[in-house]
Amino acid sequence: MMGNWTLNNGGNSVAKYSLMVNGTRRQFEAEPEMPLLWALRDVMGLIGTKYGCGISLCGACTVHMDGTPVRSCTVRVSDVGEAEITTIEGLADPRNLHTLQQAWIDLDVAQCGYCQAGQIMTAAALLADKPNPSDADIDAAMAGNYCRCGTYVRVRAAIHRAAGQMASAQGLPAATVGHWEPARTEAQS
Amino acid sequence: MSTLIEEVTRAVKQQGLSRRNFLKLTGVAGGGMVLAATLPSAAFGADDLPTLVGSAELNAFVQIASDGTITIYSANPEMGQGIKTALPMMIAEEMGANWDDVVVEQSPIDTARFGYQWTGGSAVVSSNYERMRKLGASAREMLIGAASEAMELPREELRAANSEVVHGSGKKLSFGDLAALAVRQPVPDESKLQLRDPSEFTIIGKSISGVDNLQIVTGDALYGMDVKVPGMVFGAYQKCPAIGGKAVSANLAVIKAMPGVLDAFIVEGNGRVDQLLSGVAIVGTSTWAVFNAKGRLEVKWDESGASKDSWTEMVANADRFLQGPGKTQVVNNGDIASGFSNSSNKIIESRYEYPFVSHLCLEPMNCTASFVKGTGGEADSVEVWAPTQGPMGIAPTLESLFGVAKDRVVTNQTRMGGSFGRRTSAEYVCEAVAMSRHVGKPVKLTWTRQDDLHHDYFRAGGFQSVRGAVDEKGRLVAWDQHAVGMEANGRPVFGSGFRQTEFPFLNLKNARGTLSLMEIDTPCGAWRAPGANTHAFVVQSFIHELAHLAGRDHLEFLLEIMGEPRWFKEGSAGALNTGRAAGTIRLAAEKAGWGKTLPEGRGLGLAFHFSHAAHVAEVAEVSVDANRKLTVHKVTAAVDVGPIMNPSGAENQVQGAIIDGLSTMLGQKITMEQGRIQQDNLDEYPVLRFPASPDVAVHFIESDFSPTGLGEPGLPPLAPAIGNAIFAASGYRVRTMPISDEGFTV
Ligand code: FES
Ligand code: FES
Repeated sequence: MMGNWTLNNGGNSVAKYSLMVNGTRRQFEAEPEMPLLWALRDVMGLIGTKYGCGISLCGACTVHMDGTPVRSCTVRVSDVGEAEITTIEGLADPRNLHTLQQAWIDLDVAQCGYCQAGQIMTAAALLADKPNPSDADIDAAMAGNYCRCGTYVRVRAAIHRAAGQMASAQGLPAATVGHWEPARTEAQS
Repeated sequence: MSTLIEEVTRAVKQQGLSRRNFLKLTGVAGGGMVLAATLPSAAFGADDLPTLVGSAELNAFVQIASDGTITIYSANPEMGQGIKTALPMMIAEEMGANWDDVVVEQSPIDTARFGYQWTGGSAVVSSNYERMRKLGASAREMLIGAASEAMELPREELRAANSEVVHGSGKKLSFGDLAALAVRQPVPDESKLQLRDPSEFTIIGKSISGVDNLQIVTGDALYGMDVKVPGMVFGAYQKCPAIGGKAVSANLAVIKAMPGVLDAFIVEGNGRVDQLLSGVAIVGTSTWAVFNAKGRLEVKWDESGASKDSWTEMVANADRFLQGPGKTQVVNNGDIASGFSNSSNKIIESRYEYPFVSHLCLEPMNCTASFVKGTGGEADSVEVWAPTQGPMGIAPTLESLFGVAKDRVVTNQTRMGGSFGRRTSAEYVCEAVAMSRHVGKPVKLTWTRQDDLHHDYFRAGGFQSVRGAVDEKGRLVAWDQHAVGMEANGRPVFGSGFRQTEFPFLNLKNARGTLSLMEIDTPCGAWRAPGANTHAFVVQSFIHELAHLAGRDHLEFLLEIMGEPRWFKEGSAGALNTGRAAGTIRLAAEKAGWGKTLPEGRGLGLAFHFSHAAHVAEVAEVSVDANRKLTVHKVTAAVDVGPIMNPSGAENQVQGAIIDGLSTMLGQKITMEQGRIQQDNLDEYPVLRFPASPDVAVHFIESDFSPTGLGEPGLPPLAPAIGNAIFAASGYRVRTMPISDEGFTV
């Protein structure tokens, strides 16, 4: 009934790692080839970062490495070194959301929601780099983040909204606003 | 083959549940809508309150805590279609709750308490509209009854609003204060419940942000993939790439020696695609460990009973089939022969083709299962955490497969990372249970993206030939359509059938529809708007071809086919209403600027389709260059699904359906040879990305018909609208999906 248990995880195939994740140093053992995605999810219990394809083509696993968005499914845990990792859980305090997170709620962006952590992480890096992005900037930066449910119209609008709010919080002129007009209802004809 | 859908239907039949008698059975006979005080206010003598929540007698959709928090259960699975928000909105509306006081919780699976726990067919909103409102109204009456007692005022003078029961004198009591007393009120007679007039609505019809949004944007656990239970190990499962093959042997010793692998073993299975196919299970200390080991797996398969399906052969067979009419006559209205033989009529015939496509849910199939072997005379038990559209079908399936009594199975439903009709089978649940039973620990099974693409229930591909005649006045006078679809075990697979009521058969005097089917083994299933998602492409493209042949404006031609406003089945929301259809067609055309002058290479395309009781018209505006590079500028949709529950959620569904439809028609195609699916991942199965994603404008016609669902019907008109726009822009007629097969890129 019970199979033969061959425990390798205590053997020499694992190594010790000490990574800075969301401002906290985390020590754990893992196989060196383990992608950061699975170390985050299965070893550290940070499940906000999602698996979608495993080959850098969907963006669901996007995290920041020293502020740069990377696909954690193709970054080996042994290659992280001293880089600071930020995941969706560490983007902001849940009681004091990042402007993007609030814009996502205000515009009700999500459908299934599975891709949205990755979308927000890529968008956060975009705004850090370009506080006032055009639609073309957004499309270029977000091109690697797939949304199966097709929320692209709202993601664009939410990025514009957050950019505008972040600009006005700094006393700057509001950024360009998105051109999504919410649905209209018509009287019965 | 009984699917989960059938299990569910059986379960419902056994319990005698139906939409109409739900309230009687579980509402009145079962003890009624329960308003339970989870934290009873001391003022009302909390100690002697009966324990109501969890009582088998009673049904709890609503609980009110003394601090005023109103907890509403969402009983049906959420896959991104928004019912976890929309259904509780209906209850809260009738209660007179302030939405800010409402907390929505996903309910346990308990059909005796919650009724039909299922989602699909864009049917949840329509089938629950009245029921949810009655549950809310029942709660309201109990609160008012409690207030009447507490304030010593006649109940007729009281009303519930903003989470309070108010009297004209200004006296009021909050729901929180009333909760403990309210649970002791008699359950109102369902037949006497008064529902609010829609003009009073303060919640229904308002845009309300999804109830899980905070958790979604902060990365909190919601999905099947996020489940963690104590002692859990991780699993992967390899099935034969040729569907239905059996694992004979594998390099298990090598696999077991790989890093992080705890066990590897062959599972025999019961041979059912929707339950447990034979395969090799790998269990380990992380998802990566088992995925990594799976990559090194070498299996000897017995493929004698496996699928040999070949797309190349299907195409060749279709060409033979399409040389004449189909074997089965589905519709034969009037006389098509004279329309086609009249030499003054113009006639064309076109062949259309569409491929198999995958659901490609971004969250791959997964399930966490804990099989606990009974000890000391106790029976075995199972607990599963499953992202599924049919949670109520899990227990009967596990009982039949593993011999675990239904009442020893606990099913926890999780949010789904997309489904689109995919998560209606139980195989990923059965696989996880089989693995947990073998290793004696909870196992979280995750399919790789490749597993998910290879072992889908695909939207079936198909081929159609349509012939039409227009007379001297440019009127459509004969229509002959032959669809070639797929069958399994002698029955059309999902979406391959052909209904007599399919548009435009009922609109036309002289129309014939015939069907041919080819037997396949590749599993097919419900894929967003089954049938309609391919049928609309053929019919709405061909109508445009005919309008062009007749030298007429497409809009006017389509409205003429629609004819005078009438029902095809009086009073049935499930039937086409030509007046509602024409309303959406006109509105979409008007909003998109139909008839406006456009530069060279740019065009508008129109299409309408009726599916899932919804009337939807869409107009696409596209540009096409000399190299067939396509730019979709904008898609304008007009939708009539009756009153809209949550405009934000409703619009999101239509926006998403349009993007989904575009993504699918541009480049998605599943092919198979020797029974093996040829596409492994997103590099071979391309998806629509931000840069090619159009603007979408959605317009709702809020008619007085009863509300119907929106998860699916926004999709079917999209492909023909794009195809027709491509024709308008370039003169090129698209007749094959995906259009990348015809050389288009975005
Ligand atoms: S899982 Fe990393 S990009 Fe898809
Ligand atoms: S919201 Fe479902 S994948 Fe983006």
